[in-house]
Amino acid sequence: MDTAFSNEDLKFQSEVREFIANNYPKELKDSIGTKRKTGKELSRDDLMSWHKILGNHNGWSAPGWPKKYGGAEFSPTQKYIFEQECARAECQYIMPFGVNMVGPVIYTFGNDKQKAKHLPGILSGDVFWCQGYSEPGSGSDLASLKTSAVKEGDHYVVNGQKTWTTLAQHADWIFCLVRTNPDAEKPQQGISFLLIDMKTPGITVRPIKLMDGSHEVNETWFDNVRVPAENLIGQENMGWTYAKFLLAHERSGIAGVARSKKALERIKQIASAEMSYGEPLIQDPAFKSKIATAELELNSLEYTELRTLAKDSAGKGPGPESSLLKIKGTDIQQMVTELAMEAVGYYANPHLGTTLSNEYVGPDYATNLSGSYFNFRKASIYGGSNEIQRNIIAKMVLGL
Amino acid sequence: MNFDYTEEQTLLENMVTSFVRDDYDWDTRCSIVKTEEGWNEDNWKKFAELGLLGVPFEEDHGGLGGEATDIMIVMEQFGKGLVVEPYMPAIILAGGLISKLGSLDQKSSIIPEIISGDRRYVFAYAEPQSRFDLFDVKCSATIDGDNYTINGFKSVVFGAGVATHLIISARTDGDQRSKSGITLFLVDIKSDGITLQNYPTIDEYRASEVVIENLSVSKENILGELGNSYEAIEEQVDLSTIAICSEAVGILQVLKDSTNDYCKNRKQFGQPISANQAIQHRLVDMMIEYEQAKSILYMAITADHSNPDERRKATSAAKARIGKAIKFVGENAIQLHGGMGVVDEYMISHFFKRATMIGILFGNVDFHMKRYIDLTQSNIQSINEDDGINLS
Repeated sequence: MDTAFSNEDLKFQSEVREFIANNYPKELKDSIGTKRKTGKELSRDDLMSWHKILGNHNGWSAPGWPKKYGGAEFSPTQKYIFEQECARAECQYIMPFGVNMVGPVIYTFGNDKQKAKHLPGILSGDVFWCQGYSEPGSGSDLASLKTSAVKEGDHYVVNGQKTWTTLAQHADWIFCLVRTNPDAEKPQQGISFLLIDMKTPGITVRPIKLMDGSHEVNETWFDNVRVPAENLIGQENMGWTYAKFLLAHERSGIAGVARSKKALERIKQIASAEMSYGEPLIQDPAFKSKIATAELELNSLEYTELRTLAKDSAGKGPGPESSLLKIKGTDIQQMVTELAMEAVGYYANPHLGTTLSNEYVGPDYATNLSGSYFNFRKASIYGGSNEIQRNIIAKMVLGL
Repeated sequence: MNFDYTEEQTLLENMVTSFVRDDYDWDTRCSIVKTEEGWNEDNWKKFAELGLLGVPFEEDHGGLGGEATDIMIVMEQFGKGLVVEPYMPAIILAGGLISKLGSLDQKSSIIPEIISGDRRYVFAYAEPQSRFDLFDVKCSATIDGDNYTINGFKSVVFGAGVATHLIISARTDGDQRSKSGITLFLVDIKSDGITLQNYPTIDEYRASEVVIENLSVSKENILGELGNSYEAIEEQVDLSTIAICSEAVGILQVLKDSTNDYCKNRKQFGQPISANQAIQHRLVDMMIEYEQAKSILYMAITADHSNPDERRKATSAAKARIGKAIKFVGENAIQLHGGMGVVDEYMISHFFKRATMIGILFGNVDFHMKRYIDLTQSNIQSINEDDGINLS
């Protein structure tokens, strides 16, 4: 057993570190920093400009893509190092919808025309994608989805409603699961995977405000939306297969270890500045114990991820362990956001950056920490709720 | 980076696995723990034949020169069989102290005897008042010509009943809780002045209270430097802690897998109880706790043990985290076995009891949490204006 990186990996690590130091824009850091301190939402530029820079550098915007599609084709260890370094430098994370989700589906199941049309824009970050999966009646039971696509000549006519469409307000394209055969024997068998231009007439996006006041997700309505049949991925009624493939690809970095580590470091800084019982909060035994508890969970999870990675590198494939990473990773994110809120005491209260408040109060570091706590309740619900993940492990790993 | 075993390590694992499977089945184990001495000397001879008693010792003295991973492999499999012979106390802890501190003469005369199975040293360190503090030593050694006279009381010394020798920690200088002034003595267990009170433990291992009255020990039988053994004791206890964490991971695997099987077979209301989601999710959480325990064990095994603070931090992180996993997996294993969980007759309760006692050995969760915190959070940090919380 050996957890040291090889010399090659170490060289790669310093290459990444150096690239970030020289190329992560100061203006972007400032812009995101200011918005965080003032509770403002990030713009499309904030979200995409780092992606664009990486897209111009050996396909680094798509660490897992094969080189022949313009990706970086990093090894699993390199991917891990890359994520670690990006978290360490607090780089804006890369939107997953294009690179991690629809991209691999297109290059695996799409035709040459689709590859040529869509992959370059995903890679460069010029095209913003969103995901049309969930519906009001189809959350955990995704296969019950009702949005219909009826073939009329060389078009599909799409009707229905998607929900929780993350950042659809910025999106140029949406990839959708739609029902093409309502009479299929099993609900999974009548689903197709369709790419839809968000500018097509008949699409309406309405914001859903989350409990922290943020606008991350939307309802997306389709009213007789005419989609060229050439936008169908693979075969009609085979969409569920592609969707499952996509879920397996989404796992990269799913545990979020590096970013949670960085956040815990931040909490220690905050707890050093905050006072409790006349001493820095970091010296309060009860608080210290909570930090240590989170750190131990994170230590364990890091090694669980490394074990998965080692298996992956040996070509053994990760399998349903990614459900474990999702459950524990989101548990820890929730622990961390709670600790951060707790650290700032009364200054968890002010809700800044809304139309009701232009004045800023309290220490900069306290802004919106309660917001993140409330916002991150989502983590154990999205991407297959943690209960669904347990069902997956029960079935696939424990054979129950 | 890899978590694979070398070819030798795979052979070692296969060897211990077949020993547990062929020579240590459940009925055999049950008959061993009912004997007066609570062990089977033939098994010790078998360990010697198989080379297991030499795993951690230097090749110069006839050992295998094994490292943390090798010890983990042995202990994990012993955990799966609840092997009661005192391997950790005699080979890892006492053997480790002799390897670490012994003079060349001591090592070349003692280690081959340990490896052949002819001698068993166990380390008498705990005292009624010391709890988990290894430096809290009242037992005293005063010089008298070329000899030291030792007086004191040592508690819960595992394996002493079948040991041939003891290593005793005694104070030659300093206050009761001073880290300096602690000296180790090698003594024959039959020496005048040593009285053992042997007893079984709740998990069917054996331990002893050791009364030491006017025990006379020659200067030559000091192990290590006079008054300067604390660091080495702490180090060997850390490495032994990692060893019992490995044993615990083996036990947790049995607890988790057996409970899984039990729930698939136990039928109520016309279906296996594992058809209930309430049961399924509990089993999943047990599996997650097991995986997390195994992961932090790997962290501790691969940590840099030559750096004392790294070693301390990794040991305490692992022991604290695995202690939590023991409670969760153990208690739920009993709960899901229902009535079968609480009886002595069925094996699951024995695994639970052993795991729980491992949770206490060398410091419980609270002790190691505090030690981890003291090692990691003593510094006040300055606020970096550019940083923030940015999780996704």
